[in-house]
Amino acid sequence: MQKNLLTKTIIIIAILLIFVYGILGPKIFSGEGLKASLLDRIKLGLDLKGGTHLILQVQVNDAINSETDRAVESLRDELSKAGITFLDISKPDRDEHAAQVAIKGASLDAASKLRGIFTDRYREYDSTNSGEGNWTLALKPTYIADLKTRTVDLCIEAIRRRVDTLGVSEPAIQRNGFGNNQILVQLPGVDDPGRVKDIIQSTARLELRESRGGVYANEQEAINANQGQIPPNMVLIHGKSDSRAGGDAVYLVSRVPVASGTDIRDAQTGTKSETGEPIVRFFLTVEAGKKFAAFTELHKKGGVDPANLGIVLDDHVISAPSINSQIHDEGYIEGGFTEQSASDLAKLLQSGSLPASLHYLTERTIGPALGADSIKAGVNAAIAGMLAVLIFMLIYYRGAGINANVALIFNLVILLGFMGFSGTVLTLPGIAGVILTVGMGVDSNVLIFERIREELRAGKAPAAAVDQGFDRAWTTILDTHVTTIVSAIILFFVGSGPVRGFAVTLTFGLLANLFTAVFVSRVIFDAILSRKQRGEALSI
Amino acid sequence: MEFFRNTNIDFLGKKWYFLGFSLVFSVAGILSMLFWHHVPLGIDFRGGTLVYVKFAVKPVDAEIRTALDKAGLHNANFQTYGPASANEMVIRLDEKDTNEADISRGKDSIIAALETSPVAGKKNINNSDRIGMAAVRAELAERDPLHVASTEYDAQARKVMDVRDTVNHGILRSMDDLQGQVPGPVLDALKQGFYTANYGIRQSDVVGPQVGDQLKQQARLAVGFSLLGMLVYLWFRFELIYGVAAVVAVFHDTLITVGAFSLTNQEITLTVIAAILTLVGYSMNDTIVVFDRIRENVKLLRRESLADIVNRSINQTLSRTILTSGLTFLTVLSLFLFGGEVLRGFSFALVVGIVIGTYSSIAVAAPMLVAYQDWRRSGAAVSAPAAGKGRAKA
Repeated sequence: MQKNLLTKTIIIIAILLIFVYGILGPKIFSGEGLKASLLDRIKLGLDLKGGTHLILQVQVNDAINSETDRAVESLRDELSKAGITFLDISKPDRDEHAAQVAIKGASLDAASKLRGIFTDRYREYDSTNSGEGNWTLALKPTYIADLKTRTVDLCIEAIRRRVDTLGVSEPAIQRNGFGNNQILVQLPGVDDPGRVKDIIQSTARLELRESRGGVYANEQEAINANQGQIPPNMVLIHGKSDSRAGGDAVYLVSRVPVASGTDIRDAQTGTKSETGEPIVRFFLTVEAGKKFAAFTELHKKGGVDPANLGIVLDDHVISAPSINSQIHDEGYIEGGFTEQSASDLAKLLQSGSLPASLHYLTERTIGPALGADSIKAGVNAAIAGMLAVLIFMLIYYRGAGINANVALIFNLVILLGFMGFSGTVLTLPGIAGVILTVGMGVDSNVLIFERIREELRAGKAPAAAVDQGFDRAWTTILDTHVTTIVSAIILFFVGSGPVRGFAVTLTFGLLANLFTAVFVSRVIFDAILSRKQRGEALSI
Repeated sequence: MEFFRNTNIDFLGKKWYFLGFSLVFSVAGILSMLFWHHVPLGIDFRGGTLVYVKFAVKPVDAEIRTALDKAGLHNANFQTYGPASANEMVIRLDEKDTNEADISRGKDSIIAALETSPVAGKKNINNSDRIGMAAVRAELAERDPLHVASTEYDAQARKVMDVRDTVNHGILRSMDDLQGQVPGPVLDALKQGFYTANYGIRQSDVVGPQVGDQLKQQARLAVGFSLLGMLVYLWFRFELIYGVAAVVAVFHDTLITVGAFSLTNQEITLTVIAAILTLVGYSMNDTIVVFDRIRENVKLLRRESLADIVNRSINQTLSRTILTSGLTFLTVLSLFLFGGEVLRGFSFALVVGIVIGTYSSIAVAAPMLVAYQDWRRSGAAVSAPAAGKGRAKA
């Protein structure tokens, strides 16, 4: 018996030490003080600490559109190369059917040749022939699903790189929910959330395109200048007029860029030597550089087909300078930057463009002051409540009250230690979980003690009463705990962020409670009983 | 010390009073949900814009109304938040004025409307939405009052934010609040770049209607499935009717608590949902304790009627019920009274929920078992719901 008790005590102390270490972490040995180590281990949620919480919707349609846009261009090339005539290749509906490409009026005798091209080079498309040389290519559903996943992943990566350049500590960037293409961004204690928000959302899609003709005042003027018809491989894009005033203007540029976002290797800020104004330099990857060199050779002043270079940022023409000579792999963007905006753009280009645009669905910013004030009031109130409970237990159950209080404090230590080990964040709903844990912890003790009192009243000896009391209360405690844990686990899987925090703290709090209220409390009783003389009364 | 010993109250004899009490509160809540305040959902679930503003001096309602109207925000409404001495206000826009295409427009126009006396060429240092440590550092680096490397201004900027957010609780009344906190030249540089408007932004929440719908759906599913999970477990451990009675009791508690929110016109936010989940767990715990005793007594006292057994079981656990509820109530009450404005809705739900949850395990769940047995008896003479599946120890 004695030896058994000793083993149990050693187990309890070992577990306690492990979880105390969980709360304080390795820092406690480096003498950083109790509070600092504690705050380092127990992470507070945004609702308690302050910070920015954003939910973004990825416009995955953008990614599908750019995929099919490329297909439209390459189909034109392929079909021309194969000598197949056609009336038109276009996309019927960019918004509702972004995944579809329609070929109209292809020569009828080329059907088998077309099929060959489709199966050879457009494997990710399903093709249907609706007769009269009309074909529809549609991206396969599995491919679309894959593309959406990839797009969201790429966006998450890009956002992470951007947030990193801002020096935000411990950001959380992840998918929000399942299959709805949303991203959750949590930035604790972020300064000037407005600017951060703009930087995250900016697509930063830099594209270099061929630009023809001049700067038009409006779309009508552009159409008139081109004999009332925009060439099929060109589009009109708005942009800044060349003058410093920066009014709206329209440019005629190629539909497909010669280089775009992923082709950018690096970007830096610089100053223009003549004027000293800030510019952003960009550098292309080797492969894109080769393509760009061929392009500039063809379109340079005095070249085979002179044209301008349209620099397009986020579907907006920044400038369209003429090409003086062949350029290999670098260029610069100018036009009304301040130092801050030039450095922001350079960072964005470095971090890579977003493959699709983003919309904010939710933005919440909790000021650091408010977080601090609310936690202070809440923690004080919770501690006051806890103290009242501890004092009451001592008065009501006397000696056994110490048992209950030790068990309760152990419970909290294990719960906090678990949070330290697992990196679980403490949020307001998490505190609700702690309150329910404490409530059920008190309840377990009350159940056991009331049972022991009942048994004592029935005339049993202390040792037998303790034995019976624990035995009988155990069924009840097990049932209440398992029921609540079952529902907490379901909440964890069904619920989102805040509800999950509740579920996690509750589950571990209750598991800890099964250990403390039943095992630890029992060992203390046994220890007390083993010192008592036969027939001596139990303080309960 | 002991409060209750050998009580012998005939709880089942008062079942009509209980039924009346439950009906009055449930029906009042339902009526309010249907015809009066409806279910006042917070912006978490409904979508909308909230901006929490702290003013340097006590704000005058008429002035704020004028400013908002001038900015075209006729639909915006506002109310005092927290104690009057804090000079805080929450300004809100409906979900109709919160568009997902440009979600922060409402917030931005509220902030712009409050800017009644802007200073040309300077920025409001109290606008925490735009001005943080990075902005202050950039401003100092540009003006470079100390002629040092720009990284040297990190500490100065941090200090400025500390004074604004921690020492002054979110607002600088004048740039001279920084006197003595930063070197003189730095303060002069800051004065050239910033001014102190008479308001600061403490918190802003903008939720688009789409996310609101998503969360509503999720909260419903979460509560629904967790109740189902409990039902199944109780079915397995006791008998189906025990599970049903417990879930009905918990549902009764949730209904009355939500009704209380409707009656008092308090908003149900995500944190309130966490509180409701807590009360579900708590009330379930209470009910199972009584049920466990009933199961045990059914085995011990085979001669007695179920009604007597239920009554005896409630009385035997009464001391424990009152103690546990009382102690938990104590904690929650302290949270309600001293926990501050942020926790108000949360702790209100718990205060109501713990009272109702304790009541329901005695007055709803247990009598339901007896009522079910009576009903089955009157239909066909079948055996009592003796819970034999569990491993209750005799």
